Amino acid sequence: MSEAPKKSKKEFRNIHVTQLALYRLPLAGVISILHRISGALMFLLLPVVLYLLDQSLLSEGTFEYFKGITSNWFVKLVLLALSWAYLQHFCGGIRHLVMDTHVGLDKVSARQSSVAVLAVSLPLTALVALKLFGAF
Amino acid sequence: MANNISDNIGPKRLVVGAHYGLRDWMAQRFTAIIMAVYTVILLVCFLTAHDFSYGGWAGMFAAQWFKLATFVTFLALFYHVWVGMRDIWMDYIKPVGIRISLQVATIVWLIACAGYAAQIIWRA
Repeated sequence: MSEAPKKSKKEFRNIHVTQLALYRLPLAGVISILHRISGALMFLLLPVVLYLLDQSLLSEGTFEYFKGITSNWFVKLVLLALSWAYLQHFCGGIRHLVMDTHVGLDKVSARQSSVAVLAVSLPLTALVALKLFGAF
Repeated sequence: MANNISDNIGPKRLVVGAHYGLRDWMAQRFTAIIMAVYTVILLVCFLTAHDFSYGGWAGMFAAQWFKLATFVTFLALFYHVWVGMRDIWMDYIKPVGIRISLQVATIVWLIACAGYAAQIIWRA
């Protein structure tokens, strides 16, 4: 048997942090790291969520105060980031739960379900953005 | 010690550290399902709501079943967060001292959040 043709593709073994940008991650890998990033982001924003829930429920006065804070453009951006993280993590999580039942584990289906996750999470995030910034 | 790989399978498997992660792995899945169910409840409430003022919002949280569902979901969330953050610390933080400090800080922080959540839910 003849040797497989040498590919000029760069090989990565135990890649260093500085090589991260060069590494072409498969789509399923992108979904995986996004799951981690969105989860960590929600962990960091946990106090914000609890504080906003607190203000929204405490009294009619603090409810108005809550509405005041959340109409600030920067807070809206934070809420948008949070909404993206939630939707991404939710859709990716459903994919994980399905894969736990040994469905769609092969390379092709894993890529297709990754596309499906993005196809649901990104338009929904866009919808939240439009709503937050008053398009409808 | 199980140096030979064939000594380390089935009932003879060496189970150390984080219980081989199975318990946390299961907890991560079941807490995820609890949160997904709560998300659906919130969505139904939102889509069938008419009163979007403070009265409607606080009224939703006034029902005991809703308080309990919210609290259970928060506890599920905190357990889920613990598993996820533990994974992140274990993957990226190699020095044992810093890792255990971050893990302990995460647990303390999440328990404090659980206290705050209970206060928010039952104060009104």
